[in-house]
Amino acid sequence: MKEEKKYIKDIGEIRSMMERSSKFLSLSGWAGIMAGIYALAGVYVADFYFGFNPDYIIDSGGIGLNIVLLATAILVLAIVTAIFLSYKRADKRSEKLWNSTTRRLVINMAVPLVAGGVVILILAAKDLTGIIAPFSMIFYGLALFNVSGITIKEIKGLGITQIILGLAGLYFVEYGLLLWALGFGVAHIVYGIVMYLKYERG
Amino acid sequence: MKTFTDRLHKAFESRVRLGIMSALAVNDTLDFNALKEYLDITDGNLASHIKALEKEEFIGVEKSFVGKKPNTRYFITKEGKKAFNAHLEALEVFIKSGKAL
Repeated sequence: MKEEKKYIKDIGEIRSMMERSSKFLSLSGWAGIMAGIYALAGVYVADFYFGFNPDYIIDSGGIGLNIVLLATAILVLAIVTAIFLSYKRADKRSEKLWNSTTRRLVINMAVPLVAGGVVILILAAKDLTGIIAPFSMIFYGLALFNVSGITIKEIKGLGITQIILGLAGLYFVEYGLLLWALGFGVAHIVYGIVMYLKYERG
Repeated sequence: MKTFTDRLHKAFESRVRLGIMSALAVNDTLDFNALKEYLDITDGNLASHIKALEKEEFIGVEKSFVGKKPNTRYFITKEGKKAFNAHLEALEVFIKSGKAL
């Protein structure tokens, strides 16, 4: 039955088109796992080598250039890894990575992230070093929450986790770096593994 | 009584048209380039399928300007949504009926 096969294939195509024109599904769990590993390595270097672990909101020592470079390096590495892995997944399904859905995702993430970036610059300029890490988590969590409707639904839980840990870090300033390691490190790895097992295995 | 094949709309026989309708069913509007990226086909091919769906009045066109650049966006019409849903239902009935025609 040639007809029969055609209609079954039609249904598959309809479903696939509806999905990929409304949701960004090329996100790989490995991107989360790798980002988490970079973050944990970064925290280790910051704490043990640079002795960065502010106990108070105001730290007149300010934020060192080495910490800024370290944080930037982690961020760039995590983003490049995520883009590379997404590109590979999209390619595997012979889809284009950069399409209307991806643009929407990037714009919706960029707004909270840019606002957060400006807040962090202001905090750094005012020597409010102790609350930089918590604020970075809060804005990152808001960015994830904002796009959770147009990508894998696990992103919502990851976003809320970041927001809660960030708020906790604002209150318990002395645990700021530890909470950051939990959020950017452990939570990324856990969610990455969950996403991998759910969507990519086999 | 209408047979199964009667209920499948002729306009949706092409997979490209089915793709256009599927994408517009879940997006308020999409521009030409967005559709082109999703379907991965040439300009001419896409334009002819769009024209066909426009003729059926299943999709509508919204012309505006972004700065000085003209921007053409497409959307699914009420008529189009109805026809598309009917088509989906017919496909569903077909699959459920144990694939017997």
